[in-house]
Amino acid sequence: MLSVADLKKGTKLIIDGDPYLVTAFDFVKPGKGQALYKCKMKNMINGVTLDRTYRSGENFEPASMDERDMEYLYKEGTHYTFMDQQSYEQVVMEEETVGDSKNFLLENTKVSVLLFGEKPIGVTLPNFVNLRVVQTDPWLKGDTSGSDSKPATLETGYVLRVPPFIEENELIVIDTRTGEYSTRVKG
Amino acid sequence: MMHSALILRAQVVQAIRQFFVKRGFLEVETPLLIPANAPEDYIDPIAALPSWQLQTSPEICMKRLLCRGHQRIFQISHCWRADERGSRHLSEFTMLEWYRADADYHDLMDDCISLLRQVAQQCTADGNFTRFSKKIDPKPEWENVSVQEAFLRFAQADALASAENDLFDELLVSRIEPALENIPVPVIMTDYPAQLAALSRTKVDDPRFAERFELYLAGLELANGFSELNNPQEQRARFVETNRRRAAAGRSTLPLPERFLNELSVMPPSAGIALGVDRLVMLVAGLDSIDDVVAFRPEEL
Repeated sequence: MLSVADLKKGTKLIIDGDPYLVTAFDFVKPGKGQALYKCKMKNMINGVTLDRTYRSGENFEPASMDERDMEYLYKEGTHYTFMDQQSYEQVVMEEETVGDSKNFLLENTKVSVLLFGEKPIGVTLPNFVNLRVVQTDPWLKGDTSGSDSKPATLETGYVLRVPPFIEENELIVIDTRTGEYSTRVKG
Repeated sequence: MMHSALILRAQVVQAIRQFFVKRGFLEVETPLLIPANAPEDYIDPIAALPSWQLQTSPEICMKRLLCRGHQRIFQISHCWRADERGSRHLSEFTMLEWYRADADYHDLMDDCISLLRQVAQQCTADGNFTRFSKKIDPKPEWENVSVQEAFLRFAQADALASAENDLFDELLVSRIEPALENIPVPVIMTDYPAQLAALSRTKVDDPRFAERFELYLAGLELANGFSELNNPQEQRARFVETNRRRAAAGRSTLPLPERFLNELSVMPPSAGIALGVDRLVMLVAGLDSIDDVVAFRPEEL
């Protein structure tokens, strides 16, 4: 068990069965009053934030998390299926849990899946992934608009801005943390 | 901490001294190590020497000086309270206390207004205090609200019932203080439920409330003042009751300040107040954590 005095920013604990991440924490004691702990937390499944004030002596169950190497297999409706690289067990994740990562997921992409008990609650991609441009307008030499980027659609359907010299069918590197173009894949 | 915060701290302390000396207050130094503090429900002294304690506030000795005939006294001293650590709490901190004989808590409110205006003018670039990047201007008329009004307005709860049901502190922290954060002038919150003011006089026209007030700047509690109780029998009964509640809650009971109780009958009607100097420096410097305004954090020692 965790005592409320042990909590700090980054602590993961269970409230009403859901895992929460402590995002802000402070000891407060109003004039001559009792010690209280102000706690801001984020539900690690749905992102909902919670503001709570606890008294000293309150206890919490820590939320233990497990991170496993998996491979993305396929999508069916709003369900994304991944396979554990070691046990070959498959887990299914809802699209809203996959979040923005869906923009960079290709079949057989190696990812890391965060599990809360048996429940997958998040996916972490490699920082950089290679994806192919399926549509982008050619760069006209005479373009005087002064724009130094143009839209491009990737094979995942994700649209981002790329430099004018990128052509259709080219493989480019995306930074998955920002969702931005990083560089072209050479050779 | 930043070099500039140490400079500001020194300037704030100088401004405080000038303010009180100019108004005829005597600066006093009382012992930091004492046999007994005033027992409080939620303040735990730190033991030092067999059966002595570090002061949690200089109030006991300063009131004994009032008993000896001093009229206006102030002190800037360190205080210690066990197990208090947060962005606005240190176990060892600096307190300003001042006392006035033949005065009540209204006189202290006037002192607060003048003091903060002077400190802001002398120690800040634009005459404002700052918290969470918001300006608090001490020059316009301050907000004055009773605890009961604040509870009804910001927590939709009755202050007396909240104190009775042990919800007062939670509502104060989760509802009242956040609401006060948005007020651009200092706020004086007056008249606490009597059971939350162990050393204050109760109001003559409504003894359910005590003549106690707190000064808030942007939701940060800066000072706590009251009209002092000077009835020794009643004071002893309140201390005993505090110890009874502490025992019932599984907390240690505390020794009573016997000499103070013996002398209290000759204390004139007086008013006294404690102001957190570290927090005042935070507001002057616009730094939101107490860690940023002390020379060393305990974790660095």
